Parts: sequence; structure tokens; C-alpha cells
Amino acid sequence: MMTHTTSDGLLANGIVKHFGSVSVLKNVDFSMKTDEAVGIVGPNGAGKTTLLSALAGAFSLDEGSIFLNNQEVTDKSASERCSLGVVRTHQIPKPFGGMTVFENVLVASSYGVDSTKESAYQFALDAIQLSGMEHVANRQADSLGLLDRKRLELARALATQPKFLLLDEIAGGLTEAESIQLVDTIKELRRRGIGILWIEHIVHVLLQVAERLICMDSGEIIADGDPKTVLSDPQVVKAYLGGGVE
Amino acid sequence: MTNQIIQAILLGGYYALIACGLSFMFSVMKIINLAHGSLLVFAGYLLWFFAEHYHISPFVGLLIVIPVMMLIGWALQAFLLEKSARGGELLPILTTFGLAIVIENLLFEHFGANTRSLAPYIGDLSWESWELFSGFYVGKTSVYILIAAIVILGSLQLFMKKTALGRQIRATAHDPDTAGIVGINPKRASAIATALAMSTVAVSGLALGVRGVFDAYSGGPQLLFAFEATIIGGVGSLWGTLIGGIILAFAQTIGANIHPQGFLLGGHILFIIILLIRLILAKGGVGHRLKFALGVSK
Repeated sequence: MMTHTTSDGLLANGIVKHFGSVSVLKNVDFSMKTDEAVGIVGPNGAGKTTLLSALAGAFSLDEGSIFLNNQEVTDKSASERCSLGVVRTHQIPKPFGGMTVFENVLVASSYGVDSTKESAYQFALDAIQLSGMEHVANRQADSLGLLDRKRLELARALATQPKFLLLDEIAGGLTEAESIQLVDTIKELRRRGIGILWIEHIVHVLLQVAERLICMDSGEIIADGDPKTVLSDPQVVKAYLGGGVE
Repeated sequence: MTNQIIQAILLGGYYALIACGLSFMFSVMKIINLAHGSLLVFAGYLLWFFAEHYHISPFVGLLIVIPVMMLIGWALQAFLLEKSARGGELLPILTTFGLAIVIENLLFEHFGANTRSLAPYIGDLSWESWELFSGFYVGKTSVYILIAAIVILGSLQLFMKKTALGRQIRATAHDPDTAGIVGINPKRASAIATALAMSTVAVSGLALGVRGVFDAYSGGPQLLFAFEATIIGGVGSLWGTLIGGIILAFAQTIGANIHPQGFLLGGHILFIIILLIRLILAKGGVGHRLKFALGVSK
């Protein structure tokens, strides 16, 4: 029986998604508040990115519903959800080719929450400064290295003035020093009151920001709560390390 | 000689003008619109219809035909091209090929085999010319067409570079899904882009009609000239389309000088030479080389 509870924040009720015959999300209930920083871990194929995509509106659900601050957004497109304050980044950065870094960010700031023509430039500048990209603002986005591409992905998302920022393995592939720089930026976003939902395999980086941890496995949430408690949960350990030989 | 150079530049202006919409859709939306020529002829027929039956000058008729063509473009993208583009690169080509056949046959059924022209409806302008210097004349319509090509290509370039909507269209062209994530409505952006392309097709229809005659099946040659100008100039650059149009016209003029029948052949040979050079210069497999040669990928 599916529950239909709503509250402030981002909420998913009993969401189900199949790709062909594969069940990628199996009746997942999820909620987070505006001022929360939630981490998601889990083995490959657990459904983490699919959950993020579902919340961001990348596809339609097979079952279930999604609410944003008490407003149902299940049938709203990704662009409509973006204008309501939910934005995601990609695991593999996807800058708009043939455009400069500033243009990439300006495109996003023009269509974000409460954006006007005048404010769009300011939002874009703020996002670029916050992501530490001033030095490459006029470079072609195609020519950026991995760290700057990840920063651009973040800057572009920030330029839309999100209330919820959904990050998909944004530290993946970065060096330790680069990850630290990124964590500092994300901590600043937390201070600004943006809700963060962050999928990350590099757990020690994630835990510098996340105050709540969710573990997924085979399309289900198997643990949810305080990070230390979740990581020591036998089910989580089993999902990560595999079951013992019987 | 000087006269031929001037005439080639003016003819190039016409090619650039009819290539505007094709080049725009090709570079921005990665769609090779094979119905481009037929839509251009359709716009010509609309202008002729208003001129013949309602005595509306073709220039004034543009005020009606441009919005009509934009609406058609919007609908085409929303109901046909958007869906077919999701089915791979080949499907839009086949779809627009089919569309061209449908448009041509509908035009033939309605207007018959008689040729039409807009020249009778523009008064003395159709034959008036300026004498540049002793013995050298340029047709006024040809000069206006060249100016129209420069203005339209320049405006499109500025629009794409400087406006929020232009950036929105460029972002959508690059990656519609990611564009959606940052708040852009990709369907709307693509529909606007197609509507813009069709507005230039309306002007091209006027140019076709005032330069000469057309019938229901005139779209094929127009598509070919537009396509050759686009590829010679390099896909992705709207100014390149202007250069491409002029180079094509030069090649045709040289061809005509070599042999009276060599006008069209000159253009086709240059087109094939440029295509071959790009194929040789490109790296990778056959598919990628062909895409590079056509300008679909860099």
C-alpha cells in the first residue's frame, strides 16, 4: 500500500521505474528537507543515479509520485522542476560545446528560479565565482580539464538558483586535493541553505558534507540515517562487500 | 571578366539566401532538411497566390507569408522532426525526403504544371538595373537579394551569439537533455529554431519568384544549390554559407566559360572536390569521415 504523505522538502512516494524487464527502482520512499545534506552510497547498479534522475524529472515514473514543498511535480518536466528549484549534475560532465564557460552558466541562470534578464548575469557571475572558475570564464567549455568540467557542471547548476542540488559523483576521477576544493564549495552551498543530495563512491569526501546517509542496493533503500550507523549496518556491509560463503 | 565576377558575387548572394534556412537547421539542429527546397517553392506559391488573387505586392505578402512559414516550421518541429530526430540521424533525412515529395505533389495537384513568377507583381523592379560603370549593369533585384542574404545571415549570427534565446537554442542543439536540466524547454527551443529557419525560407521564396520562374518541382535544384553552398562554406558558420554561395557561383561561372553546358557541372565538381578533400583530411572510420566531410562533426 502506497503512502501519500507530503511535507516541506523533496519527497518521493513509492516510486517504481523499470528499464525493459529490469526493475531499477522498487517502491522507493525518500524525503529530505531544504536544509539537509544527504549522501547516497551503494554498489554499482543500485539505482542511485536513477533515483536522482527521477527526482530531477529526467523520465516519467512507472509508479509513485514526487512532491516539492507540498506541490506534486510527478508530471513536471526537468525544465519545469528546474524552475521550481530542483537541479542535478551529471556523473560525466556535459558542458554545452561551442560555448564559453560564461555562456554555459549564463544559459542556466537565464532559466532558473526568479531569473530576470538583469539578474541572470549576476547569478551567472556569482555561480562562476563560487565555483572558482573566474580564471577560465572566457574559455571554450570543450577545452576544459576534468576538474574544471566538474566545476562548470556545478556552476551551471548553481546558476539556476536551486533549492535542492542533486550531485552525481561530482568528486569521481578527481585527485585528493581537487576533491577538497570541491568539498569547500559544497560546504559553502550548505551555508547558503541549499539542500544537497549527493551520490558519491568516495565516502570520506561525502561524509565531510553529508549529515545523513542513505544506502541503496538493487533498487531499494536498505539503510537511512546517521552516516556512522548506516556504514556499520550489516546489510550495508554485505551490499558493499558481498555475502559470506555459506 | 569584371562583369562575370560581379554577376557571380550577386548569384552567390542568391545561393547564400536560399541556403540560410538549410544551413541554420543543419548547424544548429543537426537536421538535413531535404524538404527545404519544396518549402521554399511553397512560400513562393503563397506569395504568388496573394499577388494574383488579392493584388498584394509580394513584398507586402511577406508580412503574411513569414508568420505562416514560421507557424509551419513550429508545427513541423513539434509534430514531426522532434520525434524523428529521436530515432537517429537517418530518420529526419528520410522524413524530410518524404515531406518534400508530399509538398511537391500537393503543389502540383493544386497549381498544375504551369510555371509561375513573382516578377509581374513587382513592377519595373524586375528588370531595372544600375549602371556601375560604363557598360557594366547590375540588376536591382540581384543586389537586393545579396543585401538580404547579408542582413539575414548577420542577424541570425548576432541573434545566436548575443541573445538569451540564441544561447538557449545553441545549448539545446548541443544536448537537449542537459538543456532541460538547467531549465530550458528543449522542445520549445527547437521549435523556435525551426520557425526562424522557415522565416528565412519565406524570404528565399520571394527571391526565387522575382529572379525567374518556378513550378511545383523547382524545389530539387534549389535544395541542391543550398546544400552545396552550405557544405562548401562549412557547416556551423553562417558567414561561411555566404562565402560558400559565392564560391559555388564562381565555380558555375567558370564551368560555363569552359563549356556552355558546364554551368551546373562546375558547381557540382567543386562540391565533390571539397567533399573529397575533407574525407581525406578526416580521421577515423568511414562514418566519422563522412560526417566530418559534411560538417556534422568536427
